[in-house]
Amino acid sequence: MNKVFANPWAILLYIAPALVLVLGLIYVPIAFTGYYGFMDWDGIGQMRFIGLDNYRSLLADGVFWRSVKNSVLLAVFSTLALGGYLVTALVLTERIKGADFFRKVYVLPLLLSTVAIAQLWSRVYHPRLGLLNNFLMAVGLVDRPVLWLADPNLVLYSIFVPILWQYAGFYILIYVAALKGVPNELIEAARIDGASTWQIGLFVKIPLIMNVIKATVVLAVVGSLKYFDLIYVMTGGGPNQASEVMASYMYRKAFREFNFGYGSAIGFALLVIALAAAFVIRRLTRADAGAEA
Amino acid sequence: MSTTKANPPHELVRGHSAAAVRSLRPAPWRPLRRVARGAMYVFLSVVAVFQVYPLVWLLLFSLKDNTEIFGKSPFALPAPPKWENYVAAWTTGKVGQYFWNSVLVTGLAVLLTVIIGSMATFALTRMRWRLSNWVLGLILLGLMIPVHSALIPLFRTYMALGLIDHPLALILTYTAFNLPVTVMICLGFYQSLPRELEEAAVMDGASIHQIFLRVTLPTTTPVLSTTAIINTIYNWNEFVFVNTFISSDKYKTLTVGIQNFVGQYTTNWGAIGATLMLSFLPLFIAYLLLSDRIIEGMTAGAIKG
Repeated sequence: MNKVFANPWAILLYIAPALVLVLGLIYVPIAFTGYYGFMDWDGIGQMRFIGLDNYRSLLADGVFWRSVKNSVLLAVFSTLALGGYLVTALVLTERIKGADFFRKVYVLPLLLSTVAIAQLWSRVYHPRLGLLNNFLMAVGLVDRPVLWLADPNLVLYSIFVPILWQYAGFYILIYVAALKGVPNELIEAARIDGASTWQIGLFVKIPLIMNVIKATVVLAVVGSLKYFDLIYVMTGGGPNQASEVMASYMYRKAFREFNFGYGSAIGFALLVIALAAAFVIRRLTRADAGAEA
Repeated sequence: MSTTKANPPHELVRGHSAAAVRSLRPAPWRPLRRVARGAMYVFLSVVAVFQVYPLVWLLLFSLKDNTEIFGKSPFALPAPPKWENYVAAWTTGKVGQYFWNSVLVTGLAVLLTVIIGSMATFALTRMRWRLSNWVLGLILLGLMIPVHSALIPLFRTYMALGLIDHPLALILTYTAFNLPVTVMICLGFYQSLPRELEEAAVMDGASIHQIFLRVTLPTTTPVLSTTAIINTIYNWNEFVFVNTFISSDKYKTLTVGIQNFVGQYTTNWGAIGATLMLSFLPLFIAYLLLSDRIIEGMTAGAIKG
């Protein structure tokens, strides 16, 4: 028994492909990203060591901080949106006829690639030909086309709506699956004791799926911090870098302006912020669990 | 029935139908309940319209020509439907070519990921070695690492290896970046598998490879299809790596192909719409056929977190 399952050569054979790929294509590169951050490098020519210069200018770079702020805002919006998804999932699990149909319909946008979503919503937002302005003008809510993507004060909110649209089905699915796991006995017991549907949702169901909710918060925050495709395609970070996020700023600096050293510094900062956020949320939610027990 | 002993009072309820229990409640509440139910349906329907209408609108403008787009209401139906938009997108827009590149890259990467991920999970859950927990942690932490934090060194490495503008760069990168989620999903399943069969196989003198290939792997088919589905969705829709590593049309996949096509034909809404629809249709058809499995795949990726 032990001999078969503890043979070092067999272990190496089975774990090595995964370990080599994960180390070689994820962990070694992130270390190099940190290292390239110390370099002045255009991506093609020789690298020149410049110490902490890139990191120092990063800390003083207003656009970088704006991109951090935008990424954090997207993370906050996405976390708040989880509340709406949770309510939808609670309604869906209330012995609704056609619940399965609704659930399947909600998932549809998730099947589109983010690039296609960005192209579609760029057209929804088109000032003159788009769906949104035509609708708002038809019902009389606005009398002039709104420049959803060209107005620096609006652009981040405009970008958030397709994100909400894209991920609604995903999180609703997760919550529905979790809510279905709540034992029926507990719900019926609360009902017999006179609890209303909303009380049951709030005080019976939600506490019972708390672990899943915590997992989705980590997912939403880390996912938002690394958000890229939609913004790159819809606005390229514009107008005037008003919708720049960390990943899009990194991409611009490296692959458009060929400042790979500075791009690496941004990429490394993104890594540190994403890992720190995941760590902090885990810590906070763990403290919660302790308080409950 | 493990819950029975925990809540003795509810024995009363057991055996009664839910309707019977509900009828115990005071009568005046029922009309209010009906209103509440109605409100729930209105709410769910509003969400459904928000989720679906943009897609319907996409279908509409994919069938229009520019006189309809620029001259008529965006809500109007195409009259008559311009199916030639789809033909144009498939041929002159090279969607056909991008499509097959996507199929090839997605398929090979999914195959590699599922095989390597299964082998790793087997080693992590069945074999006994000292660093296994540490390696598991390392693989799972990969879930938190942003793609952009590894992009520049990957670009440089592929450049040095001559893999820039080569599909292999995509296949390797997709495999590596999808291994964490694949191992995470497999892990729960492997841990719940009984070990009796494997132990019996050892008694019969089977080698470790025979156990993996003939005993363990065949019992994991449900989780194999789940991970294959989630990997397919990720790879099919991936953008950053293709955009960075691939420059020639010959190897571009749908996402980047669409992006380039749209860049060239910014004013031809019909052809753009048709392109977007064509990229959506394969997953949509798969979804119509396999929605339960796909839903399971998508939830499995997150529920363990």
